[in-house]
Order: sequence, then C-alpha cells, then structure tokens
Amino acid sequence: MKKGENGGAVVHGGVDDKSVELFLGKLLRWGVLLAALVVFVGGVWFLAESNDVPQNYRTFRGEPADLRAVPQILHEAMVLRPLGLIQFGLLLLIATPVARVLFSVLGFALERDWMYVVLTLLVLGLLVYTLTSGGAS
Amino acid sequence: MNSQLNTVEFTLVVALGSFVAGMLGSLTGLGGGVVIVPLLTLVFGVDIRYAIGASLVSVIATSSGAAAAYLREGYSNMRVGMFLEIATTVGAVSGAFLAGYLHTSIIAIVFGVVLLYSAYASTHTLADPPEGMAPDRIATVLRLDASYPTADGLKFYHVRRVPLGFGLMYVAGVLSGLLGIGSGAVKVLAMDQAMKIPFKVSTTTSNFMIGVTAAASAGIYLRRGYIDPGLAMPVMLGVLAGALVGAKILPGAKVRTLRIVFGVVIAALAVEMILQGVRGKL
Repeated sequence: MKKGENGGAVVHGGVDDKSVELFLGKLLRWGVLLAALVVFVGGVWFLAESNDVPQNYRTFRGEPADLRAVPQILHEAMVLRPLGLIQFGLLLLIATPVARVLFSVLGFALERDWMYVVLTLLVLGLLVYTLTSGGAS
Repeated sequence: MNSQLNTVEFTLVVALGSFVAGMLGSLTGLGGGVVIVPLLTLVFGVDIRYAIGASLVSVIATSSGAAAAYLREGYSNMRVGMFLEIATTVGAVSGAFLAGYLHTSIIAIVFGVVLLYSAYASTHTLADPPEGMAPDRIATVLRLDASYPTADGLKFYHVRRVPLGFGLMYVAGVLSGLLGIGSGAVKVLAMDQAMKIPFKVSTTTSNFMIGVTAAASAGIYLRRGYIDPGLAMPVMLGVLAGALVGAKILPGAKVRTLRIVFGVVIAALAVEMILQGVRGKL
C-alpha cells in the first residue's frame, strides 16, 4: 500500500473490494501458470512423438471430435494423449476468466447488490453456453 | 514457408515469433494478439481460422496473466466492466458464428481495416475527460459512477452516454469473435471517448473484459474445431513468456519510439492482409 492514505479500497461500499480483487488477481495468475505448465508438458511430449512429416496448417480441416468438446478433451487428457493434454491446458486457460466472473457473482452477492448478481449471472450463463453447446455444427 | 520445416522446427519458429509479438504487445500496451494472426497467415501460411483460434487463446493468457498487476493498481470499475461484458460476450458469440459463414478473404480484409485503426489509435494518446460533468440518468440507475485514487486523493467521475458505449462494446465483441483479437482499441474508444471514463480506469477495466470476451469466442472456436493444439501450444507459450518479459523491462523501455515502430509494423501487416484478402489468397 505505498499509495498512502488513499491507496485503499476503491468505491462502492464493499469494504473488502480491494483484498478480494488482489486475491482474484493471484488466483488468475496461478491459473494461467498451471495452464501453461500443462500445455508445455503436453507440447514437449507431442514434439517428442512427432515425425519428420511437416505439419500442414495451410489447409483447414478442423479438429477431430475428441479435441473439440469438453467431456472428450477431459477423457483424452485422462488417458494421457499429448494433444489431449495440450487441449486440456487450453481449457484450463479459458476457464480463468470464467472463474473470475464466477467470483464476481459471489462478490456482488456479498454486497447484496442483486441487480449486478443477475447481470453477472447473465454473462456467466453465456460463457457456459459457448463452452457446452455453442457453435456445434 | 512451413513447407520445409518439420514439426519441431515449425513449433520453435512459431514460438519465437509469438514471443516477440507478446513482448512488443506488452511494451506498447497494444497486446500481442493483433499481430499473431498476420504473423501466422502471412509469414507461416497458416489458414486464417486456425490462426484466429490460436490468437484467441493467447489473448486470454495475456489478459489473465496481467490481471494481478492491473488489480494491484486498484482502478478497475467492476460494475462498468460487468455491465459492458454483456454487450461484448453477446457480440463475441455473434462474431464467432459470423466467422463460420463469411469467406476467409472477407475476414482478412476486415482484419486489415481493424488493424489499421489500431495502429492509428496507438499513436494518439487521449486526454482525460474534463471534470465536473453532470451525472447521467442511466449511469445513476446502474450505479456505474465511482472514484479512483490519485495523488490528490480520491477522484470521483461520472459515466456518460451509456447506450453509445454499450453499442460500441457490442461491436468490440463482434470483432473479437470474428478476428480473434482483444479489440482493446475499440474498447478504449467506447470507454474513454463515448463514456468519458478516466484513462487509468478504462485500461484496467478493459484488460479484465478482454479475457472474458475472448473466452466466450474461444468456447465456440474450440467446439467448431478451430483451435489446433499443435499450433496453439507454441503461440500461447510464446506470447505469455513474451508478455511477462515485456512487463519486466517496461520501466526502462523507450515506449514512445517502440509504439511508433510497432505502429508502422502493424500498418504494413494490415495493408498486406487487405491486399491478400482482395486477391483471395487468405
């Protein structure tokens, strides 16, 4: 708190806004580092098993079904397939902002700000929708 | 270019390029995402859909990774962020769906235009809004007005023109979902220019919003099969490492010169994207 007497909580009635946010910031950073670690391990494994055939990203084929949906990705990671591990790490990464929105719901609920509990739940619902049923073709 | 490289070489070269993009993005405050798609498509010949998928992932990594540093500053306005997040996530979903129907050449051209705007916006720093403005009715109902700490104590501000800001945020969301970028430039336009939110508050709030918006798009891209693990891996790790190093050396860096150089690079990439798009090559 080197900002002196005014460096404390910002705004709106919530006394512990600041400390909650700091905790969240650390949580997010650990989430990102964990995701990066999983991606890295999966990546090294993937490269170790790769052959000399060049990767072709010029033509778009789309990923196979087992690397698209959440349950399949979890399964691929559980049986320790390298690409499944990478995809699981990416899923962890996508989950970090979702977690932050989830904690915001709790934060607004603690402040008894029901209007913002509803608005935040709306955002959370949209995020869950895109991960579970959005865009399936 | 990737035709001669095997998987290991390709991965390492992409990781290196992403590292540089992440470092420049963090030093200039533009984010690494804006150059990842041109880098992958123009330099490495990657299909633009795979490139956008990988870029989205890196945008989330830099947003969440930088959150701790931003939150320590204590300027973000969670109510403004969450309210506008409704517009950006709905926009992101629209944009991601649109990406499935538009021809890749059109996506490339739109990308180039947005990139040009970002380059232009990066060289123009905006002045903080004047003080003592009247409160806005919608902002009052939504309790968006707040304060932030300055050297002279807490400074209160009123949030203005909420519908315009909300509409611009929807556009930012569409662009993010369509192009796989953070749309930081449009978000700043909405919050600084339209809603008259002080610069320090808008940048920190924007960082949080970028991650949530990108997560909404990423969910759809993942389910569509646009996120390739073999490509997203070096991009995400490279951009993240670059952003962390960039943040470490930021205090001693000549940011102004860097901004101009990066702005020129972005403008050149933008023109190339548009040309390739018009020729139907992307």
